[in-house]
Amino acid sequence: MSVIPLLEGDSLCVFRGERLVLSKISLSLHAGEAMLLTGPNGAGKSTLLRVLAGLRHPDAGTLLWQGQPVKDDITAHTQRVAYLGHQEALKPGLTVTENLKIYATTTGSNIAEALKTFNLLELADLPARQLSAGQKRRTALARVLLRQAPLWLLDEPTLGLDNATISLLGEALTRHRQKGGMIIATSHVPLPMDTTSHLDLPAAPDRAVMPDTSPDDWTWHEHSGTAP
Amino acid sequence: MMPLFFAVIIRDLRLARRHGADTLGAVLFFILAATLFPLALGPSPELLRHMAPGIIWVCALLAALLPLGRLFGAELEDGSLDQLMLLGLPASLVALAKMTAHWLTTGLPLLIAAIPMAVMLGLPQVSILVLTGGLFLGSVILSLIGGMAAAVVLGARRSDVLLPLLILPLTCPALIFGAAALDAISNGLPWIPDLELLGAFLGAALPLCPLAAGAGLRAAVE
Repeated sequence: MSVIPLLEGDSLCVFRGERLVLSKISLSLHAGEAMLLTGPNGAGKSTLLRVLAGLRHPDAGTLLWQGQPVKDDITAHTQRVAYLGHQEALKPGLTVTENLKIYATTTGSNIAEALKTFNLLELADLPARQLSAGQKRRTALARVLLRQAPLWLLDEPTLGLDNATISLLGEALTRHRQKGGMIIATSHVPLPMDTTSHLDLPAAPDRAVMPDTSPDDWTWHEHSGTAP
Repeated sequence: MMPLFFAVIIRDLRLARRHGADTLGAVLFFILAATLFPLALGPSPELLRHMAPGIIWVCALLAALLPLGRLFGAELEDGSLDQLMLLGLPASLVALAKMTAHWLTTGLPLLIAAIPMAVMLGLPQVSILVLTGGLFLGSVILSLIGGMAAAVVLGARRSDVLLPLLILPLTCPALIFGAAALDAISNGLPWIPDLELLGAFLGAALPLCPLAAGAGLRAAVE
């Protein structure tokens, strides 16, 4: 285990509009480690994953990879992460294989092998529109494998999966960590992996006071609430 | 990096082939809109020949707008944009690849469809050559500026309305030079300077639009 952690976040803060979503979150991860993110809805788990993926810039604080600021070369950082979001990001008109093809372009990963890991081989030539929710999730998980990235960022990876697939996922997670990979996952249900660290995000303190996001809500509050 | 760039283009072409109706929609709109003019203006060959460059350019401009809302909008909706941004390509190259795909699936078919339209409206053969040359440059410019605008308004509410309002003024120079080249040739004046100006416009748009679009995409996934 190296002295400098591979991934290090130092007092990361993120605002969404006027609302402070993440307040001074610090974390560090060494090769082979896994971290579980928990917290109530709206605590900023998904936002933190997007920050770690480099999709969103933190409004304050720094994100370091091997001691180097990530924002110096964001394109290089994107190649270090495999991100599984809420959405499966599959095109309904393309088959499972066609959907995944682009993610195997530079890594030279074997699509069939990744499909086999999640028991998808017989669905390989089926258009994504014919897949069930769980099968789509499995396809998105296969994409995580194809990326061959050291850092896996998984947002609710077990969403919609059956028990058999959850154990397949557990095997994939273990294999990834044995190869020195890192995992950060959010979940409300127990994940099939033994985590080395656990980060519990507190609920945003000002959440009850501020309306959620869109300006529509503002007008709604005005009409329904304290009318002059 | 280049294999990834082409992989994005190929993916978009494959998608366009699967959703053939969407792809053909712009061309059919172009043909129908251009056909309306003879019906509305009357069948006078002299009048139609005179109006032809303007009709073809304006109709092509409007037809190319149609698929732009979905160009990045569809990617944002289903989360594909996140994955495209994490592909290892700079955001501006992702944008350029999508713009290239837009030209191949919309600009190029429009260019081909413009030839029979020009014949129908009675443009002489030399003019058709100049029209095709001008429209080639113009359609590439449209894909660049349109892609940039589509990326910039991404995530904004009412972006469908915003999009034409942003694109049409920006493409005015292309429309003016393109139509002026045809005007020049029908009056026996040199038409090359107009096409050169179109080329210069393209030369400026080619590096700038993907950069702006890349920034728009980055902002959209935040």
